[in-house]
Parts: sequence; structure tokens; C-alpha cells
Amino acid sequence: MATKVVMEALSPTMEEGILVEWKKAEGDPVTTGDVLAEVETDKAVMELVARADGVMLKLVVAAGATVPVAEVVGWIGEPGEAVPSGSDDAPAAAPAAAPAAAPAAPTPATHPEPAAAVAAPAVPAAASGRIKASPVARRMAEERGLDLGAITGSGPEGRIIKRDVAATTATPMPVTGGAPTAGAAFTDVANSQMRKAIAKRLVQSIGPIPTFYLTAEVDMERATEAREALLARDKDGRFSFNDILIRTTAAALAQHPAVNAWWMDDHIRQWQDVHIGVAVAIDEGLITPVIRHANTKSLRAISAEVRELAGRARAKKLAPEEYTGATFTISNLGMFGIDEFTAIINPPEAGILAVGRIEPKPVVIDGAVVIRRRMRLTLSCDHRVIDGATGAQFLQTLVGMLEHPLAMVW
Amino acid sequence: MATMTYRDALNAALREEMTRDGDVYLMGEEVAEYDGAYKVSRGLLKEFGPLRVVDTPIAELGFTGIGVGSAMVGLRPVIEMMTWNFALLAIDQIVNVAAKIRYMSGGQVACPIVFRGPGGAALQLGAQHSQAFESWYAHIPGLKVVMPATPADAKGLLKAAIRDDDPVVFIEGEMLYNVKGEVPDEEYVTPIGVADIKRAGADATIVCHSKTVKPSLQAAKTLAGEGIDCEVLDLRTIRPLDVEAILRSVAKTNRLVIAEEGWGFAGVGAEVSDLVQREAFDDLDAPIRRVHQADVPMPYNKHLEKAAKTDAPKIASAVRAVCYRD
Repeated sequence: MATKVVMEALSPTMEEGILVEWKKAEGDPVTTGDVLAEVETDKAVMELVARADGVMLKLVVAAGATVPVAEVVGWIGEPGEAVPSGSDDAPAAAPAAAPAAAPAAPTPATHPEPAAAVAAPAVPAAASGRIKASPVARRMAEERGLDLGAITGSGPEGRIIKRDVAATTATPMPVTGGAPTAGAAFTDVANSQMRKAIAKRLVQSIGPIPTFYLTAEVDMERATEAREALLARDKDGRFSFNDILIRTTAAALAQHPAVNAWWMDDHIRQWQDVHIGVAVAIDEGLITPVIRHANTKSLRAISAEVRELAGRARAKKLAPEEYTGATFTISNLGMFGIDEFTAIINPPEAGILAVGRIEPKPVVIDGAVVIRRRMRLTLSCDHRVIDGATGAQFLQTLVGMLEHPLAMVW
Repeated sequence: MATMTYRDALNAALREEMTRDGDVYLMGEEVAEYDGAYKVSRGLLKEFGPLRVVDTPIAELGFTGIGVGSAMVGLRPVIEMMTWNFALLAIDQIVNVAAKIRYMSGGQVACPIVFRGPGGAALQLGAQHSQAFESWYAHIPGLKVVMPATPADAKGLLKAAIRDDDPVVFIEGEMLYNVKGEVPDEEYVTPIGVADIKRAGADATIVCHSKTVKPSLQAAKTLAGEGIDCEVLDLRTIRPLDVEAILRSVAKTNRLVIAEEGWGFAGVGAEVSDLVQREAFDDLDAPIRRVHQADVPMPYNKHLEKAAKTDAPKIASAVRAVCYRD
């Protein structure tokens, strides 16, 4: 008879675990004690070992799934043996990292829930804003320089107690990453304990969207030359620097899915496709029509689409699906003579790019002061999703593309 | 080291101190001819004569007052209460005279007296004879309250109480008299006001005294099997409280259970709890738990009495709670 493999309580306080990686495939022979999978507990990444001999009959949950303790994750038995079915042993909810179908128009308002049922964090310690911690836990955390907000409490009502602080000190928190799945519109990346901790403490620090800003100055000489050359070749061609920015940003985002992402509260959704929201000023204020799949479109197509959408935006004739679902937004105030500015993130998006004007400036190149056309870009990052280095790397790619336009098609 | 009962340890302490100091005398109901209601004074009449081992009428206020007066003029009386329940009749002398005369005389008159006898419940003695009054006496400035749990402590502390120049309320236990334990052969005096770690541990402190020491040790043994390492701290003296010992233990374990025999309201545990939350707030990992008698007159019914009393399982569950293991 087949034997269940269940999510075991691998730490005293564990209520659920993330099945990080299966070490056995279906059909693999299994001996008691073999490592079946790696499981991220609330404390560390641990090994789930076999409690029976046989073959791995079935992997019930996919890697990346968050599974409550005691839930069946797989079956071990004789080769060819049938896996018992029954409501008790029904597979856990669809795993968090499962590719989701591409929605025609992903809409934040209708997408408040993660695609997969991810169990709520064990204890929302800071639900009321006040962190419940025992006095000694507070003192220990202070002595060790630990942030209580980054620690999950295992006491009543999520109270952080001594053992929680002790465990935090003893085990560095692991990070689980998630690679984009080919062919899927997005990948949901389960929040690692570290990601939860970063999110929690940053929100406490500066508000619901903990934003930081990265500014870079771009040399626009080559982009300008390229644009002029293209315009000279095609008398009908009309495209703006903004169109170039949309196209390059989309190309850069495709290389940096971590920036092309949504904050979903209990996980991060990294989009494969790039849907760029373009901030357009209208009489009543501002609207951001979305250029879908901007990373796959030609500059010419983008240019035409922007013009068409912006026109209908000003005429207030946009359908809701035309101004929602962006994965990233660009706001350009260059045409108003703004040197640089910081744009405000449009949640659940994790980033927005603020574009300043292009102007000739004296710069030092090869030891000589020369006049170059320069432009300043400022990336606003939701720190819950994007860390400093992540944002900087994206910006580096983007600047590189603008300074070497061929990099866009590299 | 000799093994002896708590009763015999007290007897030895009385004998040694009466031999050592001619001013020490014993007075109370049945202490002389009958050798004491619980035989604590066995043989003393024969040894020291009727002037130093004095039987009294059943008149607690009267003989306590005689004792207090004699202490004020230089003797060192040991007044035996057949039980502390009867001392209710004598409490005016204890609280209003013995405890206050040094203060009210501006230090001119001392009152070196020991009031001793069994306190708390035994088995099915009913509501009026099963009361633990240590918190009453500990409430009074001017009194010391001593409550040994073992034969060795009983002997050493009674000697210290007799030598003390101020009134000492010395509460024994009917259920303790037959407890056996090792008692040092050589002479020793156990200082008043010093608690004793009866079992060292790392995970939780059980503060206890007198009859709750044994169930605390039993609970600690049970809990050791569950991976909880308890420290059992026997207060031995309720007043003055060994503040440092309590704080030191809590600093080590971060969790505190206080077990006492009497009622909870304004009990010894309340005082210890107040001390710890104030002085050791940053050491605590869980709210302090107390185990004490149910808030009712002690039932006579055997099962109800058992249900009302502090015992090892109740102490163990309180410890589990402070360890977040319940």
C-alpha cells in the first residue's frame, strides 16, 4: 500500500512550509532516509526525508508550493501501484509558482488575489502596527541588532518570544528566488521569509509603498543621431524620444523581470511580458494608457499605438482595459523642461521611470570637456520588490541601451 | 550527615538553643507534659524543667501576651501555636505589640520572640483548620516570616529565628513533620532571608516555599521528561524576601511560576509577581503564572479539597504555559 509523504513540522513553530525543490522525480527509487525535497520552514531550508521504501509514485505538489504541515505532498509505494484517492488526500491548492494563463488584460482591480491559494502567513504579528514581543525578546533583539518586525512570533497572537529571537540569530534567513517560466505571462514568486521581513520593516519605515529612487544621467547623442537618421530615411516616420524610451525600457525590463513586477502582498508577481503604462496628461489630470507586450513590438508600432492611445485618452475614450494592467510605467516631463523628478509608483507595479529633458551639457569625455546631449532618468522602486542593486542593474541595462541603441536588439 | 524527620530537626534546634542560651524557653498548649501536639517538644520538659517548657491553658491571646511581655524584658520565648489557625486569637499580640514595640519605643525595647507551629492545610481538617496565613504576617512591617520546607532548613532556620532580636513568625507544616532529610551533624545556623535553589534549571523558575516545594520538584521532574528544565527556588523566608535570588533566577530562565499553598488574592505570589514585573521586566518571556489554592474556604470533602489545593500537575501546567508549551 502506498505511503503518504506529508509536509512535516521541521521546526517547532512551523505551520507551513514552502516545498522549494523536489530531489526525487516520479518513478525514482526511494529508500527510507533519502532526501525527497527541500523545504523552507519559517526558520531555515530543511530536508524532507523518506519514511518508507519503494518508488516515488507521485509528486502531489509542485516545487514552490506553500503547504500546511501534515498535508500530503507526495506518495511512495511499489512501482505501478495506484495512488489512493480521496478527499483527505486531495492535492493541496495549486502551487504558488504554477504558471498562470495569460490574461488578455490583467487588471489590478480584478486581480487582488494571488493566482494560487497561498496560505496566509502564520501570524500577522504587526497587524495592528504594534509588534507584540515578550520583554526579553525585545531586549535580545535590541542587543543583537535584530529588527522585531523581521521576526515571526510563535507565541499567542503572534507574540515574539525568546525562542523566536534565538532562532533568528542562529539561522540566517534563506532567500528563495523564482525564475520566469518560459511561455507564461508571469511567474508568481512566493515571498521568502527575508522578502516578508524586508516588506514589513520598510512599510513601517516610510509608508505603505516604501519607495527609493535611483537617478542616472544618460548620454543621448547616439540615440539622437539614430532617431534623426531614421527620420531622414522615412519621411512618414514619426517617432519621439518617448517612443524610444518605451521600447528600450521594455527591452531592459524583459531582461530584468524582478523590476517588471507587481507586489501582491503575500507574494511578488514577476511578469514575462512587458506592459508599459505611459503617463499622459489630460485636462482632468492624468491617465496611463498601456502599451501591451511593448518588448515584442517595433518602435514604429509603439509610436503609432502611443499616438492613437494618447489621442483617445485626451478624448476620454479609453476602455478600462486600455489603461490598466501595466507592469511598469514611464512618466516623461522632458517636454516641460523638467531636468529630473521623482514619480510616484502606481501600485501594484513595483517601479516607475521619471524622464527629464534632453539638453546639451558640458561633460568630460576622454579627459576633454565636450558638449553632449544628456538626459536624466529617475527610477522609483518599491523596496518590497526591488532592492537597490536590482534597480541599479536594470537602470544600467537601460542606460546602456540608450547609449548604444543596437543593444536593444542584442 | 544524619537522616532525620522535620519534626526531630525542630526538636534538635530547640534543644540546642535552649542549651546554648538560658533565656530561651518554650511555651504553649501541650508542649510540656504531652511533648507537643505534634511531638516537636518531645523530651524537652524532662531535660529543661517546667520553668523553661511551659504548658498553658487554651488561651492563645493570654499566653502570647505573656510571651511578648517576657521578650520585652529580656527573655527569648518560643511560643508554640498548636496550629496557626489558632493564632487568629492571638494576632493582636503578634501584630499590634510584638511587631511594633521596637518602632513605637524608638528602638528602646526589642522583642526577640519566635511564634511557631504548623500552618496551612493537612488532610480534611475543614475550612477553619486548613488556612495558610503567611501572607497575613508577611504584610506586617516588623515581622519576619520563615517557612522551611526540609529538615535541614527547619533546624538551621529555627536556630536563626531564636537568635534573632526581632519577632519571627515561624510556620511549619503538619504534612511536613514526617518528611525525612539529611541534616548536618555539626552545628549550623541558616540565615533568615536567603532563598535556596532546590533544583537548578534553565527554562523556567518555580518560586515556592514550604509545602509547595515538594510538588514543585515533582512537577520539575515530570517536565524534565518533556524537555523543560525547571529551576525550583525555595524562598525559605517570606519576609524579608530574597529579592536577589528571585531576580537572578528569572534573569536566567526568563519565565516564572509562583506556587503557594494559600489563596491567591494578595498572596505571596502577588508580591513576588509585582517584584519581578517591576525589577525584571526585560527578562520576562511570558506573563508570570501563579498556582495557589482555589478562592474558596477549604472544602472538607476529600475530592473537593484535592481539587482546591496546589499540586504538582497544576504547577506543571503553569510551567508549560509560561514556556508556551500548553
